[in-house]
Amino acid sequence: MTLGIALFEGFWPLLGIKLLAVVMVMLGFALVIIYAELKVMAHMQARIGPYFAGGRWGWAQPLADALKFLQKEDLVPREADALVFRLAPAVSLMATVAVFVVIPFSPSLIARDLDLGVFYALAIASVGTIGVLMAGWASANKYSLMGGLRAAAQLIAYELPLVLAVAAVVVQAGTMSMMGIVEAQGTSALYTIPGTGIALPFIMVGQVVAFVVFMIAALAELSRIPFDLPIAESELVFGYLTEYSGIRFTMFFLAEYAGMFALSAIAATLFLGGWYFPGLDPAIFGPFVLMGKVSLLVFVMIWVRVTWPRMRADQLQSIAWRWLVPIALANLLVTATFKVVF
Amino acid sequence: MPAVPGLLKGMWVTLRTMLRRPVTVNYPLEKEVLQPRARGVIALDVGNCTVCMLCARECPDWCIYIEGHKEEQPPAKPGGRVRTRATLDRFAIDYALCMYCGICVEVCPFDALYWSPAHEYSEQSISEMLHEKERLGEWLATVPEPPPLET
Repeated sequence: MTLGIALFEGFWPLLGIKLLAVVMVMLGFALVIIYAELKVMAHMQARIGPYFAGGRWGWAQPLADALKFLQKEDLVPREADALVFRLAPAVSLMATVAVFVVIPFSPSLIARDLDLGVFYALAIASVGTIGVLMAGWASANKYSLMGGLRAAAQLIAYELPLVLAVAAVVVQAGTMSMMGIVEAQGTSALYTIPGTGIALPFIMVGQVVAFVVFMIAALAELSRIPFDLPIAESELVFGYLTEYSGIRFTMFFLAEYAGMFALSAIAATLFLGGWYFPGLDPAIFGPFVLMGKVSLLVFVMIWVRVTWPRMRADQLQSIAWRWLVPIALANLLVTATFKVVF
Repeated sequence: MPAVPGLLKGMWVTLRTMLRRPVTVNYPLEKEVLQPRARGVIALDVGNCTVCMLCARECPDWCIYIEGHKEEQPPAKPGGRVRTRATLDRFAIDYALCMYCGICVEVCPFDALYWSPAHEYSEQSISEMLHEKERLGEWLATVPEPPPLET
């Protein structure tokens, strides 16, 4: 017993436990999102989807897929830069996992409430791009290289509207701390329905445009389907993932789905009020409220994926630079003006 | 920007599809409801066959095997000529070769061949896909009634 308590004391053991918990939660949700995508996509195409794995409704399908991937041979092409090739998936996955440090699940459940939480989240999320570039370059494969370069062009183009959309929220909230932003939505007297005391999230008090820009840019950051040029199957085999197999492919795969979760959680925190829901005690229901909002956003991402075709490279750049950036800038201007005036 | 209404319309289509019943049928567990005149298997009415060989000759896959012989019939009047009549010995369709084009059914002048929607006759061995005339005759029970004539 004493030993057990001693294990939980001190900085490093505690950190290890926290890390383990975060990674388990994140990977668990990645599996849930993979399953949700299989099922939602199937039903949107008038199919049933996985049905037999695990006995009922195919709930074990993502687990079975993961097991299958783990059994595959971990290949490194002879011409590849072995070290970079091996590191790339880890960089990609770690960048995604690290975002969860600043996501507040409830007023007390947060790994670390950084003062620059939003800045940190966006910065660390874009480190994943380096993983993609590493994978594309190190594979010694022309399709991989093309995919990696496309990813770089795309992610750089969409980083800007993403950050500008978030900047408007930061201006409105007056803080960059994720916790502060949620509190600004949940407790602020300024943005409440008069007479009821129900606070409104930012999406309802002027940040609809920023929300839409953020979600479009988030889809592009994740290289999901309207923006999946880096892995365009019909042109580039599988883009920067062409040479990957086994556990390393699984890491990229999980990074994509955990990235969906991470960016949805950021969007839910910034625009939809995070753990706040009128009438529910955030100390108890906070995590569930956030999960509900995240599920909603993830569903929209899957929905978009099923519905829309892939863009051309010029359309992609045109949307980023000619529409999203000016709209986000104008939104930022309006938000700042309102903030100063009122 | 002019593309936005179309994009939203597409979103509506997928959402509506999701809320409807999927068209998938988990086949071995639940059976499909077939169209009454689905082309599952070709049935043979042995009594109608005159061993004219038209089906066997028209078959693009040459998957129909017909053997027959002529039997002498007694003359119609005493002292008349002895008639011959073709008798079917063997009629077999190799469903391993058949491509279900239905030309044999169309070409048969005596309505000896029919389409039947029965389709569950898969076998472990390819040689068992050869249905002899007894088996083809059994399929006749599964042939649906012909549609009423247009008047």
